[in-house]
Parts: sequence; C-alpha cells; structure tokens
Amino acid sequence: MIKNIYNLGDAALYCDFGDTVNKETNLKVINYFNNIREKNITGIKNIAPSYNKLIIYFDLELTNFKKIKDIVQNLDISTFEATKTKAVKIPVCFDDEFALDLERVEKKAGITKKEIVNQFISQKYFCYMTGFIAGMPFLGDIKKKIRLDRLETPRVKVPKGSVGITEQFCNIYTFESPGGWNIIGNSPKKVFTKNSNKLTLIDSGDEVEFFEISKKEYSKFYEQK
Amino acid sequence: MSKNSFKVLRPGINTTFQDLGRDNFYHVGLPFSGAIDKRNFLIANSLITNKEDEAVLEFAYQGPLLEFSGSQTSIVITGNVNFKIIKKDTSEIKGECYRTYNLNNKDCLDIISTEKSVYGYLSVKGGFQINKFCNSYSTTVRAEVGPNDGKKIEIGQTIILNTVDASIKKSLEHLNSKIEFIRVIKGTNFDYFSEDSIKDFTSKDFVVSKLTDRMGMRLSGPKIKNLKKTNIKSEGLGKGVIQVPADGDPIVMLSDHGTIGGYPKIAVVISADYDKLAQCPPGEKIKFKIISLTEAENLYKIYTMETKNIINKIR
Repeated sequence: MIKNIYNLGDAALYCDFGDTVNKETNLKVINYFNNIREKNITGIKNIAPSYNKLIIYFDLELTNFKKIKDIVQNLDISTFEATKTKAVKIPVCFDDEFALDLERVEKKAGITKKEIVNQFISQKYFCYMTGFIAGMPFLGDIKKKIRLDRLETPRVKVPKGSVGITEQFCNIYTFESPGGWNIIGNSPKKVFTKNSNKLTLIDSGDEVEFFEISKKEYSKFYEQK
Repeated sequence: MSKNSFKVLRPGINTTFQDLGRDNFYHVGLPFSGAIDKRNFLIANSLITNKEDEAVLEFAYQGPLLEFSGSQTSIVITGNVNFKIIKKDTSEIKGECYRTYNLNNKDCLDIISTEKSVYGYLSVKGGFQINKFCNSYSTTVRAEVGPNDGKKIEIGQTIILNTVDASIKKSLEHLNSKIEFIRVIKGTNFDYFSEDSIKDFTSKDFVVSKLTDRMGMRLSGPKIKNLKKTNIKSEGLGKGVIQVPADGDPIVMLSDHGTIGGYPKIAVVISADYDKLAQCPPGEKIKFKIISLTEAENLYKIYTMETKNIINKIR
C-alpha cells in the first residue's frame, strides 16, 4: 500500500502512496492515518495526511526514524477498520459581492455564471484532506467544464468563508488568508470551531454537498464573526 | 487581597502565550506552534523553578511594557534581551537575562528589545492564569486558538498571575553559541534542483528577509533553479522544511506554518539547529550545510544534553 518511505528531516516519516491523486489512493492514506492514530504509538506527535502522502512527526527524544519506519511498515493492515465518514451540506451565496472571480471563470470556461453555479452545486464532493489553514477542506473533483488554473497573482487577503475552485478541486477559506484560488462564492457556515471536542465540520473522507442561498438568507445563516 | 497581575501598558510587536506546542492536530490544519526557541523556553522555566512546560510570554523584536500589581512576584527573562525594571519610586534597574528579579506592587517591567536575535521569553513564578486549548497553552494567532482567545496580548488588558507570593533568587552564566552553519538534511524534492543551484545552496550566503514571522522565514540570495516542476501535489509540511517556490527564494517553515504546501522541498533544517536559525533577525547571513540523518540524530542528542547541562548550572 505504501510505495516508499523516506525521512523528512530528522523527526518525520514521509510515506508516499504513489503519484496519482484520486479517491482510491486518498482513502488508503486516510485509513492509515486513522489506524495509526488509534494505535497510540509511543513517540508519534502528529500525523498529516494529504492526497497521496502521509507525514508522521515523532519526538526525537523518545524514538527515531528507523524505529517508527519499522512500526509503520509492519502494521497489520488486514485488520484495518474502514473509515467512518459523514455527509455535510454547506450553504453558499454566489452573489457578485462574494463571487470575486466568477467573471474570470465565465470568460475562461465560456459558460454563463448561472451555468457555472449549476455545475458546481449539481454533485457531491469528496474531502481529500483538511489543512493549510485550520479546518480548510480540500474537496474534489469538480466538473471538467469549470476547471481552471490558480490566479496568476495570488490575493494577499482572501475573505473568510470564500469558496474557491482550482484544477479539479474546491475549498472553503475558514479564515482570512492569502490565496490563489478562483473565488466563486461565500459560505456563512462555520467550518472550523473552537469546540475542542469537534474542531472541524468537514473531515477527510467526508461527502460534501453545496446548496445555493440568497444574500438575504446568507445574513440569516451567518455564524461567523 | 487581590490577585497578582500585569497591566499591559505596551503590548510589543508579537507577544503571545506559548508552551512546548500543541501535538496531534496537523490533520485539521493546526501546526505545533509553541515557543520558537525551545532551549530558552526551558531555561526560563527552570530558572524560575516552574514546571518544565509552564506557559510563558514570548515576544519578538520589541517586547511588552507591563505594570505589576499585587504583593510580590518573581520573573526571569531569557534570550538576548535589553530590558529594565522601573521601580515604584521611578528608580531604574538595568535587567540582565538569565537572572531572576522580584517585582513589587506598581513596579514596571519594560522589555525594550531583543538584541541581534528575534525571540525572548518572560517566565513568571507559578505561571499565568490562562486556559489550555486542546491540551496546550500555545497560541496560534492565524487560527485564533490558544489562551487569550488566540490573540496577541493587547494594550490595556490585564494578565492574571497564578501565584500570589514568590521570591526566587537564581541565575545562570549563559553564553549564546555562535552559529557557523545551519545544518540541513536533503529534502524529498532535492533532485528537482540544478547542480549549480545545489552548489549555491550549500556554499553561498543567504540573507534573512523582512518577510519573516512565526509562520515562516523568507531568504534571499542566489536564486535556486528548479529543473523539474515548481509545484507539487499539496502535501504536509513541518517545522524547518525549506520550500522553494517558482521565484527561487527559499522559505523556511517556522512553528506557526501552514500545514499543507505545494512547493518542492529542497531540504529540512535539523532539529538541533532550529532554535538558532529561527533566532536570526532580518539582514543576518546564513550558510547551509548538508549532513546525514545519523549525524542529525547524534547532534540532537548533543543539543538536549547541552540544554540539560546549562540547566544544571543554575545556582
């Protein structure tokens, strides 16, 4: 399952699951992540799953690369429990006030704004990972018609709640942050909370659906500062 | 009797509560955070006879001006810091780092600046009356989590201290080690870069730029030329990882870094040299040297042993 294991510096294990980014590979990563977490292995301090990689950080005072590599390589994956996932629905307002790049998408994709929105909300998405900024979900795959590159010059400040698309992915900016994704709307839903029992609304492996709301409804839904 | 407290008369540039960092939340996008300079953090708590992982105030460049209210408390400052204590009768005591001081009612602690370094630490006997978030006193300002609502300390606010009374007298002769090289291990995309650029990376000076904060340190110097591709599929990052974006200027990830990134990783700073690197202020020149994993592991053992030896010298 893991193609290669390298060291990332002296205090992390870099597990490579292969070059392809798809749901199948990512589910393997998530599965390893959940199972390693449950095993509470001495010395492991943090685990970062992504599309096709899993990085495991350890405490160099308690263990080392060789020891953790041996443990990870010899995990009995036949007993792995399937990952529990959930379905999440996210309201998005596509009003011009929020849709900073909808016109750019319109030009590049050659279809109307309405069509772009319809394409975007007409399907369910898979959450590959969360991170970069706290709670930000990386979702995919969006319809081929609305795929495009990042902005040539990233924004210094993308407003909190912005919903962005780039390549085969979409995301939600959980905090104001620099960023280069094409912003097509904004969600009033709180995706990262300060509730330490449940920090994130969307986790790796979850299924996410977006639905359109008006500007009036947006204010009603508004839960973010 | 009211509790001991500090009133913040000037917050400083980037003053936050920190401890040894927050484990186990990379997967939701929260980095370790924590005191950037681990050694100075540990020494601060040892000098003031606190628990090893008690929260401290970390400051950068300009520190806070704090007015103490209460009966008496003991404080210590570590790092390379210019500070003074202004007594109630307006007489001034020039502060020395690695030496404890007692503060009495209405004394002010003026942490003027860090010298030839970036971060300094203020530890107070008994620690601060603050709440943990996810098992840690560390603040991650960008995600608004940690004590003080995840914010830097602000002018006018009151910081409550835990112990009501204290009188500690400890000090330490501490010599800051001079850096010759920042030692690194080859990164996972080391082979993306041209031979000439690798040569530059390991022989030429890089200068710490002004675009440096707790998230990352941007360097300028010879442009690092990428031969393969300037973007990789986004993946996890870690403290000390050196990424090279398309513009060829390396960025070192520091304790508050974004947890996912898509630039190739040329190298990773070894754990033993992280404190030293992070303390380099803008304008300082650094040189990298590539070493093996085994060497890095041994150097970390030496680093922890040295820290213990320093702490053992506290009198």
